[in-house]
Amino acid sequence: VKTVVNESGIEIRPRYTREDVEASGGFGFIGEPGGYPFVRGIHPLMYRHRPYTMRQYTGFGNPADTNRRFKFLIENGQTGLNVAFDLPTQCGLDSDDPLAAGEVGRVGMAVDTLADFEAAFDGIDLDAITVSLTVNGAAPQLIAMYLAMAEKRGYDVARLRGTAQNDILKEFIGRGTWIYPVAPSVKLVGDTIEYCARHAPKYSPVSVCGYHIRESGANPAQEMAYAFSIAKAYADEAIARGLGIDEFAGRLSFNFNVFGNLFEQVAKFRAGRGLWAKIVKEHYGAKRPESAWLRMIAGGGGGGLTHEQPELNIVRGAYYALIAALSGAQTMALCCYDEAYTIPTEYAQRISLRTMQLLVEETGLADTVDPLGGSWYVETLTNEMRKKMEQTMAEVDAEGGIVKLVAEGAIQARVSAQAYRMQRAIESGEFRKVGVNCYRSDKEEEHEVALHPYDEEDARRQVRGLEDIRAKRNGNDVQNAVSKISAAATANANVMPAIVEAVKAYATVGEITHALAGVYGRYREPVRF
Amino acid sequence: MSAPIKIVLAKPGLDGHDQGAKVVARALMDAGMEVIYTGLRQTPEAVARIAQDEDADVIALSSMAGSHLPFCERLKPLLEQAGLGERLWVIGGNLPRQDHARLRELGFKGIFPSSSRLADIVQFVREQAK
Repeated sequence: VKTVVNESGIEIRPRYTREDVEASGGFGFIGEPGGYPFVRGIHPLMYRHRPYTMRQYTGFGNPADTNRRFKFLIENGQTGLNVAFDLPTQCGLDSDDPLAAGEVGRVGMAVDTLADFEAAFDGIDLDAITVSLTVNGAAPQLIAMYLAMAEKRGYDVARLRGTAQNDILKEFIGRGTWIYPVAPSVKLVGDTIEYCARHAPKYSPVSVCGYHIRESGANPAQEMAYAFSIAKAYADEAIARGLGIDEFAGRLSFNFNVFGNLFEQVAKFRAGRGLWAKIVKEHYGAKRPESAWLRMIAGGGGGGLTHEQPELNIVRGAYYALIAALSGAQTMALCCYDEAYTIPTEYAQRISLRTMQLLVEETGLADTVDPLGGSWYVETLTNEMRKKMEQTMAEVDAEGGIVKLVAEGAIQARVSAQAYRMQRAIESGEFRKVGVNCYRSDKEEEHEVALHPYDEEDARRQVRGLEDIRAKRNGNDVQNAVSKISAAATANANVMPAIVEAVKAYATVGEITHALAGVYGRYREPVRF
Repeated sequence: MSAPIKIVLAKPGLDGHDQGAKVVARALMDAGMEVIYTGLRQTPEAVARIAQDEDADVIALSSMAGSHLPFCERLKPLLEQAGLGERLWVIGGNLPRQDHARLRELGFKGIFPSSSRLADIVQFVREQAK
């Protein structure tokens, strides 16, 4: 019999029995759905009570373009929004910055001031649909803009729900929208957690991402372990400000990937739920059960999709959605079949949305909690995956902690070496990818993917709008507010109150970045192989 | 024995997707070439300056976020002014087929869209450099 080892390094047996579960640690660390350690799910009824939120990642061009696509998705039954910002916005630059040339509105929506948030969410009820902002380096500004926009429209910020990605440590490992050096970047995450805990306690200020670490080459066990190490770094930062774990842990959320072996993935999520609960309860001493919930968006799967035979990605997406549902994800999103080529078209977005809807409506996946629970295979693998994650986290601590390892470029070098080995294994045919190294087709050109058009006039319109706001706003108010940001940063105080005031005066994303970088400096990437 | 082929591999613009660039860098190094990987956020001016300082045989870009044409249009005259017009220019990443002719016109002899094989990239560079 041929040996099978999963990506996390666990040998898979051809069959499993009750004895295998016992040998791996038994049934003791599972609990009931809605009960500690939440391996079976964070709620007693899960999807029977409410199906997962469907939240496709969307945004392009200017805020008006994105607003139209949001409304298209809502009309088609989407239940959450996840905003994609263009790279200048994510890197803290204004649309007229020379470094933004050619990139305004290209891979997401351009934002310069509060006016752009007002336009993007015009006519959308923020109580009826929750909004997730995929922004990291520029998260302080954009969280402030979201809260200010909602307040201006009459929503009570103390009751407002929503999420910001705001996980800067993973940006240094993969994704790359960092701005400031590592230490002040972590400090800023602490500022947002503290500010939200005190002023917007229903808002989730951080979504810790294993997702992009996996995309950069980590295996599934490392994906969870590095994410939990990062989440602990943020929790430590919040606790150092005098917050109690129960004041913020319930608003931490997570973002994980779903491509790969189905059983390894389901075990990964079940194990991860138990491990995070254990960390929050035993290490941090949380008392509220909600503090220990691993609330997550699971989906995407971009790293598993292929450029070759792109329509196969529709099939892969359906399996990825199945994995997320079998794993008890609170929120789901799917990469679209055309994403190896383009910003998804409306057509592709609708296929992804329908895939997630179909699973709820036609397959019975929403009927019963944790349907794979009790499988000897899945329970054994859940125990084994948890041990792998614990081992990896212990290694990180022994090497000096995740913040140090990220600052040195050590994690980056490790995962990129693994990405290289995986690419070699795919090219040699050792790791099978259909359409890539087996079952190839010579007729790929028959299925030309329609490309999302990039409109340069949209970018010019965005710059004209920015010039307009600069001319109309009260320059003194902006200057005062921005100098308060510099003063708070210099005093090592929380910069969020000053940033909120600045965005209300229509200070730009770039002006706020400039003020912070004036104190913190800018990150220089350590390149290690 | 002649000196190894020297490659400056850059990430142009604000694009943060560096998994592919780092994988290709390792493949070229494994093939015995010298790779200077610039890291993220390089301007056209920075790419030309680094390539000139290093006297690179090959100037390679990895672009995943769609701004390859405006970037390469700005880079071309800078490389030429730096006296690197006759060196090998290659680009990889998310490069729609409709843009390949324009990239070739701009002087990029090697175009490696997503799903290109490492072995093909290495072989092309080995044959075309110098």
